[in-house]
Amino acid sequence: MTDEVLLEARGLTKSFGEFVAVDGIDVLVRRGEAFGFLGPNGAGKSSTMRMVGCVSPVTGGRLRILGLDPAVDGAAIRARLGVCPQQDMLDEDLSVEENLWVYGRFFGLSRREVRARTDELLEFAQLTDRRHDRVEPLSGGMKRRLTIARALVNNPEVLLLDEPTTGLDPQARHVLWDRLYRLKREGVTLIITTHYMDEAEQLCDRLVVMDHGRIVAEGSPRELIEAYSTREVVELRFEDEQQERHLGSVEALAERVEALPDRLLVYTADGDDTLAALHGRGVRPLSALVRRSTLEDVFLHLTGRSLVD
Amino acid sequence: MTAPASHGTRWRAVPFPPGLGMARFVLARNAAAFRRSWVLLLSGFVEPVFYLFSLGVGLGALIGGVRTDGGALVSYAAFVAPALLAASAMNGAIFDATFNVFFKLKYQRLYDAMLATPVGPRDIAVGEIAWSLVRGGLYSAMFLLVALVAGLVRSWWALLAVPAALLVGLAFGAVAMFTTTFMRSWQDFDYVTLAIQPMFLFSATFFPLSTYPEALQWVVRATPLYHGVVLERALLLGEVGWGLLWHVGYLLVLGVVGVVGTSRRIATLLLT
Repeated sequence: MTDEVLLEARGLTKSFGEFVAVDGIDVLVRRGEAFGFLGPNGAGKSSTMRMVGCVSPVTGGRLRILGLDPAVDGAAIRARLGVCPQQDMLDEDLSVEENLWVYGRFFGLSRREVRARTDELLEFAQLTDRRHDRVEPLSGGMKRRLTIARALVNNPEVLLLDEPTTGLDPQARHVLWDRLYRLKREGVTLIITTHYMDEAEQLCDRLVVMDHGRIVAEGSPRELIEAYSTREVVELRFEDEQQERHLGSVEALAERVEALPDRLLVYTADGDDTLAALHGRGVRPLSALVRRSTLEDVFLHLTGRSLVD
Repeated sequence: MTAPASHGTRWRAVPFPPGLGMARFVLARNAAAFRRSWVLLLSGFVEPVFYLFSLGVGLGALIGGVRTDGGALVSYAAFVAPALLAASAMNGAIFDATFNVFFKLKYQRLYDAMLATPVGPRDIAVGEIAWSLVRGGLYSAMFLLVALVAGLVRSWWALLAVPAALLVGLAFGAVAMFTTTFMRSWQDFDYVTLAIQPMFLFSATFFPLSTYPEALQWVVRATPLYHGVVLERALLLGEVGWGLLWHVGYLLVLGVVGVVGTSRRIATLLLT
């Protein structure tokens, strides 16, 4: 990672009529970083990504990508970006390899360059043996890998990934993550949106949590967990109706308690101690699980999603 | 060139300089996709040929000669053939610029994917319309060949009939694609049929303009297919004069307005 700033946003705003989708966010991403936008649906992640991808005019604030202004140099910026949108948008009238050729030509690459690049990318996407097939019958994971391969055809300096693994099965997700690690090692800057905590924890060096168009927290996954959660969490499940009765005694013994419909999340520095103290007070849950804090706990705390929907 | 920041990406919708630029890659994409479905070319070709033989040759046998608006007396088949050439150029372009474009725009999201690259809205508009011209040009050339074999071509000016058909295709393709950007669902395409049918039947296609009362003649003169029909008829029958440039101008303006409008609409729809 160097100090070169590839993405700079100051007070970046996007509105659609009355509705403010992105409400004055500040973001800095440096070359070689894997940066994440984490947030629930409708938090403004995709609107931000579209502005960064230079396909959505900025409503207000300042935005610079690769040091350039998208309002002036949109095409020049896009020539150096790779975009992997939320929906695959592959060209179903073309074969797998034609998808790469045709897309490469949109970047003004010569036929020779495109063909050489296609072989590399098919290898990367593990699709070499499907190169002559139509796109339509490919599995979800294969389509996603092809979309990412297509986004890489111009050797981009920055790869934008909008919810890269949404809708994929666990195996396909791990294959995809593995490909993304490889890109990161090769020095490609990754900008990722996701609402999966494990994905953010796995992939991102640094991330911001967005809610209602604003940034509510920023840091590395570790930093966020330290700042917004406790070291450990105890998950308590009770018999029907019992949860509410015990809530008071549990709250007295913990830093914070999050009441989900089916369980209590008890935030504490030492889970075993807390559990022992609860037993001492006669709290007998059906089950108790002590675990380390994750980004999900940070997320629940910051966005209050568990109470809203 | 500078642009207000809030409309950043819109400047790419302005159609000057008018070179093909990135549009040729959009064209190349369509050519690659078409390789798998070239059989479709047949349907666009056979329709006007069927019309030519059923109406021009078959019905024409009952009619005898027709006096053209230029004053010459020709067989009915020779009278109808140029009009069918213009109409097939229109139909080919419209089919491509409506159904195919709508599918790419709304369902395939093809243009969203293109706009993530240096390709801009104008490149898409020009590339798509150029593609419908390639298709329309192929239909026209094949039809002209049939007309030639059937002995319905009477002048060397007919060599210009294919470029003229491309012009008709440009005008209709561009306006049709512009219209398509306003379509909400497949039902809306009924309006396209509603506009094309009467034009096909009444634009001095099957009988001369002089058949109409004076007031209706002006209505016919206002419609675009009429200009295409007059142009093709003049070229195939060799009744060429400077007055034809007016028809060329009409179709050209329509085409340019359509291309500019389409670029703007793509930007408005997709670069939000």
